[in-house]
Amino acid sequence: MRRSTRKLLDRSFTAYGFFSIGLMAAALLIILVPVFARGIGAFIFTETVENRRLNLEKFNRGNPEKIMREIERSQEFRRPIYERIARFEEEIRHMDPQARREYRRALTDLKRALSHLLGPVPGEPTPVLWRLQYGQTRWDRAKIKLHEVLFIQEWDYSDPDRMGVKVYRRRSEEFAGTSLYDLFDDLEKNVRDILQPRLTIYWRFLFDRSFDAHFFGGIWPEILGTFYLALGAMVFAIPLGIIAAIYLTEYARQDLFTSLLRSSISTLAGVPSIVFGLFGLAFFINTIGVSQSKSVLAGSLTLALLILPTVIRASEEAIRAVPQTYKEAALSLGAGKWFTVMTVLLPAALPGILTGIVISMGRAVGETAPIIFTAAVSVGRPLKLWQTFSQPTPALPWNIYNLSTEHEAVDEIRHVQYGMVLTLVSLVLVLNLAAIILRARVSRKLKG
Amino acid sequence: MSLSVSPVYLGREKPDSGEQAERLSTSGVPDAPETGTNRDHLITEAFSVFYGANEAVRKVSMTIRAGHVTAIIGPSGCGKSTFLRAINRMNDLIPSCYTKGRMVFDECDIYSPQIDVVYLRKRIGMVFQKPNPFPKTIFDNVAYGPRLHGIKNRGQLVELVEKCLRQAILWDEVKDRLDENALGLSGGQQQRLCLARALAVNPEILLMDEPTSALDPRATTHIEDLIATLKGDYTILIVTHNMQQAARVSDHTAFFYEGDLIEMGDTKDLFTNPVEQKTEEYITGRFG
Ligand SMILES: Nc1ncnc2c1ncn2[C@@H]1O[C@H](COP(=O)(O)OP(=O)(O)OP(=O)(O)O)[C@@H](O)[C@H]1O
Ligand SMILES: [Mg+2]
Repeated sequence: MRRSTRKLLDRSFTAYGFFSIGLMAAALLIILVPVFARGIGAFIFTETVENRRLNLEKFNRGNPEKIMREIERSQEFRRPIYERIARFEEEIRHMDPQARREYRRALTDLKRALSHLLGPVPGEPTPVLWRLQYGQTRWDRAKIKLHEVLFIQEWDYSDPDRMGVKVYRRRSEEFAGTSLYDLFDDLEKNVRDILQPRLTIYWRFLFDRSFDAHFFGGIWPEILGTFYLALGAMVFAIPLGIIAAIYLTEYARQDLFTSLLRSSISTLAGVPSIVFGLFGLAFFINTIGVSQSKSVLAGSLTLALLILPTVIRASEEAIRAVPQTYKEAALSLGAGKWFTVMTVLLPAALPGILTGIVISMGRAVGETAPIIFTAAVSVGRPLKLWQTFSQPTPALPWNIYNLSTEHEAVDEIRHVQYGMVLTLVSLVLVLNLAAIILRARVSRKLKG
Repeated sequence: MSLSVSPVYLGREKPDSGEQAERLSTSGVPDAPETGTNRDHLITEAFSVFYGANEAVRKVSMTIRAGHVTAIIGPSGCGKSTFLRAINRMNDLIPSCYTKGRMVFDECDIYSPQIDVVYLRKRIGMVFQKPNPFPKTIFDNVAYGPRLHGIKNRGQLVELVEKCLRQAILWDEVKDRLDENALGLSGGQQQRLCLARALAVNPEILLMDEPTSALDPRATTHIEDLIATLKGDYTILIVTHNMQQAARVSDHTAFFYEGDLIEMGDTKDLFTNPVEQKTEEYITGRFG
């Protein structure tokens, strides 16, 4: 080949390599930056006085005197609103029935919108759900709710050729010419004094359990559940996987049966995870009944099956990669097979095995499908270790899915969902980082 | 030589101590072996090694004297390594490999099915062409064998490790860094460490497959000196491509050619007065 052709080839290969690596990095950034930007909102956000009140009343957190003072101040600005509404209710009594009916309906709507923003109207019985007991605790949500108070959303179907168009109409128009007309401008002007937004750091998001279906509190049960599931999977998969790998490399006769076994294992690694999930339900719960119904144990076993092929393959490769000379040295000193494996092969293969383990651990942490039928529930308390044998648990991957699709108020708890995503991604990243460090340390120890 | 023996009995005879001799396998009747450094330690009789259909060692019959150094020379690919590795059954690792004929070690056929291979290898140690210390500390390398064979006492281990390292003339260089990884040693040091490691299990026969081919001249001299000091206590077989080395260190020399044992005799005789034409051509450097 001519020199110039060779050079051109080298160049284009380099360029191609750079291009694909750049593409990967860009994709990673495009995914990770928004994940971080949004997920961080679960930890650092602008809270309202309602959040401080909730923290004080439900968790006994914060400085009581200071918060009481803030509530007092907030009340000063709220009171006129409620008073004017009460006065207006009085006024419409004397109107003609037609107008009365319309104003009453408009008023009911207004009160509902207002209670979403500020919490229940004073004097009404305290609702059971936390989310109804308090106004908006997050300023970003409060701004949306304020908009809902100030504007009425309607659908415009006037153009028959097009789909309906969302239009907003000022709510104040409903009350044009009445004493309530000014209320809306006042509310808009005073809303900062009413809700007193302030930046806060909610690091306890990681360690609080959730309340009222994830409306409040943190994601500790999910984190703990994920942890249990992954740990359980590891407990089952690591010993089985390594022993299987030892058998395949050192003990099995290298014949047709073994190679068949090997390709089955590779095939298993490619089976869709939902199939494992269904198998886990059918086998672990319905057939052998490790637990009455969903449980962490059943989920762990299912996840273990899922990652077992990966662990076996990685361990096998690692053991195979140990120089034959080590093995020969051990055997020549009179070591038996088992002793050679335990004292020479496994220690030398450890970096590779560890990498395989951590990679599959990342997989176990993130898998959703296998635990849907075997372990996951959407809300739950943090489990004690002994409860994992019989009880289901919430877990990060499943709850991310759940909160974004099946939750009753998906829009209201986006921040929790994003916080979970950030936590899960960080967890996987940390695991991979740990793998790299561990591997480096172990191989440095081996290399001397 | 007579091969009328069949009891599967092997023991490092210690007639003076009166210690009960060990047995290689459970079958067979214990029978006190002949003693003395001049006895035949290893005898092969029409011994062949095959890799599948390829007969790499062909009907070799030879006798190795106890306490002597025997060198094996021959051109590349003539089956020296194969033969050497057959002695402690390292070839068992190669699935296609099998043997024919007899190889008798201390009056017992190494390839008889009753043999405990692990125990055989304890008694026939090996040093490989490329230094292959374990990726462990220097101490753990030497202590590997003794630990394997049941010595747990730390003091005893320390003593043994020192003794073997001294025997391998490595002690002075590593005594301050026993806890460092053995892979940090130089090639020559690593090879001596491997020797110390082999000595630590107290073998009777020491097999060395080109132990100096990866070393520089100084390290080579070291190893050769070592062989000289070990002679007498151990029966040594050494494969070498270096004719001078064979002449320097060995008492007997065997010349292999394409799997056949062409000639074997006292080193001095073989190098000065080879009987076979092939041998002469080889040692005068006309081929190989
Ligand atoms: N693992 C193996 N499988 C099949 N054939 C082998 C194997 N090892 C060696 N052989 C063959 O056996 C013959 C003898 O090889 P051996 O390694 O014993 O030669 P050698 O005398 O040690 O050569 P060298 O001086 O190069 O080390 C060669 O023809 C070689 O191709
Ligand atoms: Mg060789």
